[in-house]
Order: sequence, then structure tokens, then C-alpha cells
Amino acid sequence: MISLSASSAPSIVVRDVSVTYKTTLERRPTLRNALTRMGRREKVVREVEAVKNVSFDVPSGTVLGVVGANGAGKSTLVRAIAGILPPTEGRIDVFGRVSTLLALGVGFNRSLTGRDNVRLGGLAAGLDRDKLEEKYDEIVEFAELGEFMDMPMRTYSSGMYGRLAFSVAVNMDPDILLIDEAMSVGDARFRRKSANRMRELCSQAHTIVLVSHALGSIRELCDQAIWMDHGVLRMWDEPEAVVDAYTEFLEVGQDAVTLEDV
Amino acid sequence: MNEDTNVTTAAQPQPHHRENDFAEQHHVYEPHLVGLPPLGQYLREAWRRRSFAQELARTKLRAQNFNTVFGQLWLVLNPLLLAAVYFILIDIIRGGGRDEDFFAHLMAGIFAYYFVSGAVRNGTKSVVSGGRLILNTAFPRVLLPVSAVIIAFKRFVPTVVVYVPAHLALGLPVGPEQLWVIPLVALLVLMATGLAMIVAALQVYFRDLKNLMPYLLRAWLYSSPVLYYAHEMPERYRFLLDINPMGQMLAAWSGVINQAQAPTSHQLLVAAAWAFGFLLIGFFYFVSRERDFAVRL
Repeated sequence: MISLSASSAPSIVVRDVSVTYKTTLERRPTLRNALTRMGRREKVVREVEAVKNVSFDVPSGTVLGVVGANGAGKSTLVRAIAGILPPTEGRIDVFGRVSTLLALGVGFNRSLTGRDNVRLGGLAAGLDRDKLEEKYDEIVEFAELGEFMDMPMRTYSSGMYGRLAFSVAVNMDPDILLIDEAMSVGDARFRRKSANRMRELCSQAHTIVLVSHALGSIRELCDQAIWMDHGVLRMWDEPEAVVDAYTEFLEVGQDAVTLEDV
Repeated sequence: MNEDTNVTTAAQPQPHHRENDFAEQHHVYEPHLVGLPPLGQYLREAWRRRSFAQELARTKLRAQNFNTVFGQLWLVLNPLLLAAVYFILIDIIRGGGRDEDFFAHLMAGIFAYYFVSGAVRNGTKSVVSGGRLILNTAFPRVLLPVSAVIIAFKRFVPTVVVYVPAHLALGLPVGPEQLWVIPLVALLVLMATGLAMIVAALQVYFRDLKNLMPYLLRAWLYSSPVLYYAHEMPERYRFLLDINPMGQMLAAWSGVINQAQAPTSHQLLVAAAWAFGFLLIGFFYFVSRERDFAVRL
């Protein structure tokens, strides 16, 4: 494994981190099923070793790309850095305020309006009310949702969901931005706009962790990249090298499809 | 592990970004000791984000039309009608032997019971309905059941206001002993919070719990001294007062509110033991399961 020299102080330090969790195989776990199962010694809880003994640093101001197949532990790793799923072994140090944009985005309560969802999401993330009020207009303007902000989120299209989520994440002035699979939200125009905003954030002194299957954007936006494979860190290097090795591994060659988006 | 974290935090240089006031944080994520996060830090964070719980309660109440005249009216009418129905039912069963004082007892008891059962019902849904927020944001999850209790409490307050004129109209005693209502409400809040945490976490593992709750809550109402006076209970059922977490609490409640009698020390002791017991068990159970929520929802 190649260790890249860190020119500035690290924003994120990940040391020997493993993340395991138990999950249920049942689609909807119920007391009834649990009781009827008792006599049968059937196993419905599975332990997942999602991340195994991973170490790396992200220097301040660096954009780190994370590539890997589905189920390689990318999302779990990002969740661990965000503090949502603390590690089972090792230690993660994060310096600064984190904003997350994970696959599922904002909008936890679909019967509440976009405005309420943004406000509640911000408060839960630890922002104070005044700061939130101050940022609110920027968020709405960027998301281009206008009067939809005062409608219940169940009336939103999935593109609108994505736009709002992206807008919240990037407009919160985070020191560290964690993005998971969220590059391609909205229509072509919004996609261009969000790509521009990403470039802007990358060129400013923000630390960004970007999980994406779009190898093109990893190559274009990132300063470093890591490749996760079955929970293990396979490679940590310049994005070019990682993307090359990863595509070679996939044996698909670098055709336009892989580079654009899958 | 805890001490290690603190020492290292102190030794590390201060975070370099300082452009705004939230940039102060240095987060350390380490394995949880016996499944529990560092509690001091956890409680501090929960306190810092208390406005989230308040805002969530306010938003949900707004969605339930709590802020409209008819919404408020319904909140008061609903338990009042229920009290009237129970009064007639019990009066019929007892052959017409109930006086008006009993109606005041019913009202007070039903209002208190509705506060706790409302908190439990809201609490059951609190974590499961926070799905996306839990998957996407790191925050102390106890704020979700706490918000459920805030909602129930805000719905409880107007019913207290309705009780006062009824009490005066019935010519029931008024006295300084009625100030005992304050610690009793505090105990009710603690117990409701503990219970809400327990059911909120259990609901994640057993999604049919919320279908079971109405039955459990009904059984709880019938075994509590609400539809009857505690002193009327036959000897062989008296043990229910101590076993039922709300038994002695509601016995004291009726005495304090309806008759302006100070609660007995036995009543207070049992009620406080149940309330603090539920709060502690609920808190530790909830927090120890909390990490799981992000992968189980």
C-alpha cells in the first residue's frame, strides 16, 4: 500500500478501523415471528463484517474518492466517519464540522414540508436556529424548489428530493463533506450546476470524501482515491492509478459507460 | 477506553478551522464500551441539540392541528367525553351509587393516564419514523422519544386547565396540599420518558409492537385506580397497586387533586421507584441499542 505524504494537517484519520454490525434477514422483524421461531433454532440475524482493518488519512483540503463494487463497504466506511455507525475496532478522528450527503438524502418525514425537513435536519445535525435561518434562502435558491418548499415532501419527485438533499449538504458550510453516490441528481441542468458547485467546493479548502461509481468524476475532482474491496482497503493512491487498477480489475475496460455513470 | 479518549483529545492540537462557531469540534469515534457511547459526551450533545426535540414536537403538533381552536377543543373534549362515558358505565354497573366527586376523580385519572399512554404511543413510532434522519445524521437518538414525550405533555396541559373549573364547580376542597401535584407530574414525565425510550427501541426489533400497544395500554388502564378508587379495591387485588407502575402514583394523584390530601410516604416511595427505575432502564437500554438503529431501519 502506498502512503501518500500529507502536506497539511489531517482532517480525517482512520486507524485500524473495522466495522461489524448485526442485521436481520427478515424483511419486517416482528414479535410474532420471533415467538413462532423460538422452538426452531432458526438463525435470522447475520453478522456483517463490512469494513476490515482499514487505515488512511485525509489531509485537510483534500478530495478523496472512494471506489469499489457494491457491498465493498464504501457506504459503511463513510457512515463510520460521519459518526452514524461507530467502529467496532480502531479509531477515527475527525477535525471539523461534518456535513453528510448519503444515498438517502434529507426528507425523513414525508408528510412534513420541505421547509420543516430542512429545519429539523439542520437542528439534528447540530446547527443553531439563527445560522439555519440565515442559510435557508441559499438552500432554497440553489435547489430551485420555490413554492414546493412549503408543500409536504411526499409531493416531491425523486429528482426534487435529490436536489434538496444536495443543496442542504453543500450550503451548510461544512469543513468536511461526505458524499455517497449523489452526484447524479436532478435533470441535466441541475447536474451541471451541482458538478460546478462540487468543483467550486473542491477548489476551496474543503475536505471532501466522495463515494461514486462515476469514475470520470473521481478522476476529475479527486486528489487521492482509495479502492475498497470486500471490506478491505485494496489501494490508496493518485486517482488515475486507482481508477486504472480498479477498471482493470473489473475487466470492463474504460469505455464511456463506466466513466460516465453506471 | 473513555479515559483514553479524553487524554488524547486534550493532547491533540486544536482544530485548525475556526471560520465559524460550529467548527470547533474534534470528533473521536471509537468502539463503544459494552455497547454504550461515552455518556457524558452523549448527554452534553443531547442537551446542545434539545431545540431539535422541541422543534420536532412543535412541527408534529402543527401537523395535528394543535394550534387551531378546534384542535385544542378536540384535545379537551375527547378525554372529557371518555370520562363521561366511563362515569355512566360505572354508575350503571354499581347500581347508581356514584356521586359527582367520582366524576372529578375519573377526569383527573383519565387525563394523567392519557398523558402517559400518549407518550408511549408516540414513542413507539418515534425511532422507526425517523428513518432517513437516522441513516443520514449522527445525533443523540434519545431526542426522538423525548420529543414524543414533549408532544404528549403539550397535549396534557390544556386538559389540566379544564379540570380546574370542574373541580371548583363540584365544590371539592382546595388547599396547599394540592401543590403535591407538581412532583407527581414530574414523576409522570420521568416514567413516560423511560417507557417511551423502551418502546421506541423495541419497535425497531419488533415492528408489530405498535399493534400490540393498544391492548397493553388498555389492560394498564383497567388495572389502575382510575375507573375506581384505590381504597375500594378488594384485599386480594391490593397487590396490583404496588405492581402496577402507575398504581400508587394514581392513588396519590386522586387524593392530591380531588381531595387536597398529601400523599402517603408509601405512595410516594413506590411511585418514585417505578418512575426512576423506568427512566434508568429505558435510557440505558435505548442508548445501548442506538448504534443498531442505523442498520436495522
